[in-house]
Amino acid sequence: MSTTESPASGIGPVEGASLYTPDNPAPLIEPPRARTKKTPKSTRGNFEMVAWLFMRLSGVVLVVLVLGHLLIQLVLDGGVSKIGFAFVAGRWASPFWQVWDLAMLWLAMLHGANGLRTVINDYAERTNTRLWLKGLLYTATVFTILLGTLVIFTFDPNIR
Amino acid sequence: MPAGTLYRGREGMWSWVAHRVTGVLIFFFLFVHVLDTALVRVSPEAYDTVVATYKTPIVALLEYGLVAAILFHALNGLRVIAVDFWVKGARYQKQMLWTVVALWVVLMLGAIYPVLGHAARELFGS
Repeated sequence: MSTTESPASGIGPVEGASLYTPDNPAPLIEPPRARTKKTPKSTRGNFEMVAWLFMRLSGVVLVVLVLGHLLIQLVLDGGVSKIGFAFVAGRWASPFWQVWDLAMLWLAMLHGANGLRTVINDYAERTNTRLWLKGLLYTATVFTILLGTLVIFTFDPNIR
Repeated sequence: MPAGTLYRGREGMWSWVAHRVTGVLIFFFLFVHVLDTALVRVSPEAYDTVVATYKTPIVALLEYGLVAAILFHALNGLRVIAVDFWVKGARYQKQMLWTVVALWVVLMLGAIYPVLGHAARELFGS
């Protein structure tokens, strides 16, 4: 073993001298993905990147909104036992809580819908199954967001 | 197989599984929750009748489960963000998971009385 000498630097004898001279130049290698006039502007948008970023940004906001919501509804002031129509009317009398609940509704529904979209894409292997499940998901999501928004904006404490 | 590089079957995979399961459960609850809240547009009686089921002992136990799912999803979500955006995030992902689990246990212990207290009073008297 000691007879084979290898340089400590790891540079072999060939690498020391250049293979190319001005009379024998190195071949020019074209960049593999050079854009030409024929290249389409974009083969796909960056929807998935935007969705990925949205999950993180909405997630941070939802931690505050949802944990605050749980604290108010389930922990403080008697927990769930105080909740009723009068309690809801008292909270939605303030624009602050209306905006809070509206933001929570939209962010949580979109965050959850995108999460379920990922789950469907991962596990539904047949194209038709994916199509139907996502159709159902988007229908339910649009319906729920619109219904919730309508309820917050049209809430009437003197309904009866 | 070099030690410590196996992802499958370890903390990384199981936290990912738990994040999915809790996320799907929370989404289904959210759908029902918007529907039950929409009853405030029907009548105060309709809303109060449905909310009364939320105050029964069995549903209180489900609420405790919901709090468990939301707390894990929230804390582990912050860990995922740290893994993605913090330079040392991936290196400390295991330590961060055990921090999440420890925080989750403490918060779940703290939630026992506020969330389940009224159910216990209803079952065993006050």
